[in-house]
Amino acid sequence: MALLAGCAKTVPTPEAAGQVPAPHRPQVYRFGNGFEPQDLDPQIVQGIPELHLIEALFEGLLTEDPKDLHPTPGLASSWEISPDGLVYTFHLRENLHWSDGSPITTDDFLLSWKRMISPKLASEYAYLIYNFVKGAKDYYDAKITDFSQVGLKAPDDHTLQVTLLSPTPYLLKIIANHYVWHPLPIKTVLKFGALDERSTQWTQAGNLVSSGPFMLKEWTPQKRIVVVRNPYYWDASSVKLDEIDFFPTEDLPAEERMFRDDQLDRTQEIPVDKINSYRKNHPELLHIDPWLGVYFYRCNVTRPPLNDKRVRKALALAIDRESLIRDVTRANERPAYAVSVPDDSGYTPRAQITGTLADARRLLAEAGYPDGKGMPPIELLYNTQSNHREIAEAIQEMWRTKLGVNIDLLNEEWKVYLESQHTHNYQMERAGWIADYEDPHVFLEIWETNNGNNDTLWSNPEYDRLLHEALRAKDDAIRYEIYQKMDAILVDECPVIPIFYYTRAYLMSPKVKGSWPNLLDNHPFKSIYLDD
Amino acid sequence: MIRFVIQRLLQTIPVIWVIITATFFMLRWVPGGPFTAERAVTPEIMRNLEAHYGLDRPLYRQYLDYVGSVLRGDLGPSFKYPTRTVNEIIAEKLPVSVELGLLSLGVALCIGLPLGVLAAVKRNTWIDYVCSSFAMVGICVPTFVMGPLLILAFAIHLGWVNASGWYGPIDRVLPSLVLGSVYAAYVARLTRGGMLEVLSQDFIRTARAKGASETRVILKHALRGGLSPVVSFLGPAIAGIVTGSFVIEKIFQIPGIGREFVNSAFNRDYTLVLGTVLLYAGFLIALNLVVDVVLVWLNPKLKFE
Repeated sequence: MALLAGCAKTVPTPEAAGQVPAPHRPQVYRFGNGFEPQDLDPQIVQGIPELHLIEALFEGLLTEDPKDLHPTPGLASSWEISPDGLVYTFHLRENLHWSDGSPITTDDFLLSWKRMISPKLASEYAYLIYNFVKGAKDYYDAKITDFSQVGLKAPDDHTLQVTLLSPTPYLLKIIANHYVWHPLPIKTVLKFGALDERSTQWTQAGNLVSSGPFMLKEWTPQKRIVVVRNPYYWDASSVKLDEIDFFPTEDLPAEERMFRDDQLDRTQEIPVDKINSYRKNHPELLHIDPWLGVYFYRCNVTRPPLNDKRVRKALALAIDRESLIRDVTRANERPAYAVSVPDDSGYTPRAQITGTLADARRLLAEAGYPDGKGMPPIELLYNTQSNHREIAEAIQEMWRTKLGVNIDLLNEEWKVYLESQHTHNYQMERAGWIADYEDPHVFLEIWETNNGNNDTLWSNPEYDRLLHEALRAKDDAIRYEIYQKMDAILVDECPVIPIFYYTRAYLMSPKVKGSWPNLLDNHPFKSIYLDD
Repeated sequence: MIRFVIQRLLQTIPVIWVIITATFFMLRWVPGGPFTAERAVTPEIMRNLEAHYGLDRPLYRQYLDYVGSVLRGDLGPSFKYPTRTVNEIIAEKLPVSVELGLLSLGVALCIGLPLGVLAAVKRNTWIDYVCSSFAMVGICVPTFVMGPLLILAFAIHLGWVNASGWYGPIDRVLPSLVLGSVYAAYVARLTRGGMLEVLSQDFIRTARAKGASETRVILKHALRGGLSPVVSFLGPAIAGIVTGSFVIEKIFQIPGIGREFVNSAFNRDYTLVLGTVLLYAGFLIALNLVVDVVLVWLNPKLKFE
């Protein structure tokens, strides 16, 4: 209270902060949110349900355009980048407040970043700061203990300065599209524990204080989470919804029934077997948006016969992706003939896996397996789920009839499958990769030698060199040309066999407005409203 | 009887210990851990995570610490929901499952008992066939078929109830009907069997010979003995029903403990798996004890020993 009284002069009342008078009927958006969130601490969580909640509750220096997700001013009204691309300077808005009325200060930012790279907090996303910022990795590894040696500074009360190790052309996109750089209400965090203490009670309803368009009102696990308009948000006047109710909807058929019963305005997903029926009977409710992700088969390139790139290429050529999408996956996915996703921040890979069936057979014969004869057995691993099985069976049949190659299918429970993948205990496996932020770098960095997510044991020195060269590129045009070369290497060597680019299929009531399809499936709640 | 109960309670100590030990080590033996994720974290982050949760210490130490904290009544923090402890999760979700379980049990007994008695008394008539068919259908139609069908009819078409959720009293109706009907079917079959056996015994003939009315013969003399198989069934059934039904809780999106029971294993949430297993084991042991006591009371031929 003393704190509130002390800064009473600068704290706007809700009315002054621009709260618009409530419309005739309160605007309550009922949102199917998939799984129950693990936590609401932006430095602890990783999942999509958590992402949606954080999007409603918190805001960072930058935010994203609801249509194409390009970075737009958030808590920072403007920013500059030094000519060498190493120093980013952000200017905070005047009069920023947390949802309890206390001011958002540069200390909130600095201490949040310090918390994020504290080894004791063990944040899974810490690398999204320490990989880029000068001195941050040393701080994380406890080689230095003085945070002032890290390239994160506040020259004055309204300015933040970030000094990088090397130019990071996609840094602004990470700050805008992702939540790792968001400031936390440090006073609240400290009220419930030490700065670097994991999982304290500060994120519970009644405790959590937020910086975004909404604030937390209720969190009943497995039942619902309610957020309401934050009167202290700097742009409160453009927020149209009064309340968002997030429902945990982990069972897809149950979620679809809730939607039909008018308990939800938007679902998280739709069961695959319902897509065609909605397409025919209620196309106005069905939404299928392209999504920034690729579905592929990963090869362990150390195990024969997949150690021969001709075999991998032949298998990649013999998949009829169009018919797979039409008959099996059914959600308008785009066939993938390269690893990078097309139209990603203006980048589209030119290299494509192209060739006829005759080419595939020739490659196989060159590798010593004419018509698949004499080929060592191949086992395809997938995580136990019916859609992965259906896709695997279809591809198994294509390879059998087109190439004479017989493969075995093996399924494992999710965590067992992940363990097999990370320990390279597989020959070929189904996998997917979804971007955290919009930039082609996301899909190319993981194939670097020894990247923790490579898991193919594939290594190409030229590829690694290009990846680092790209980061030093003067502008995106030059950088993207380097990426073209990298995509060409991937297409030539096929350590992974791209199959399709994901889409996001869900149901949404026609009364929901201000939600646009975009590649990350981020729909800022600030712009959404209901037109009854 | 008190000696019997105390003896039985003492026997449960080694049983619980074996359950904790076996579950603890089996969990660690399964591939994948709580932090195994599609997006691999860097080795240094993984080290810090494991240090935070004490997973970097030798396994026997972790085991001893866990047993120690269980003895103090603390089931530890959840790995999946880091801001909650297992005690909190159980305290929050068990009451929901117990409520659903008791309501379903009520449904099961209210439908199952009369049907079973009726079928036995009118044995081999059309009444028997109708009652027995109901029981057969109840057993054969799985809840994941009946649940969505009832939701389709009563929520989506008629609009009388919500399709899912656990908010007002109206939301209790469909889940308890669906869950209860399965148990009702078993109760009906067991009651019928038990009643048929008792009805053919000498003391029933004696009761009839002495001029007792048919209602009195059935309700007073036969039912007490005829219920024995139902009671034996109800012990483990109640333990199962009040610790939650995964399928029902999923179909109706009910925040009960049954979902945690299954999901915690998928999530490798070590402490939550152990907590729910302990809970279920405790219920099972306690209810079996209650069943034994009740059976002696129902059947004077049995003795505590």
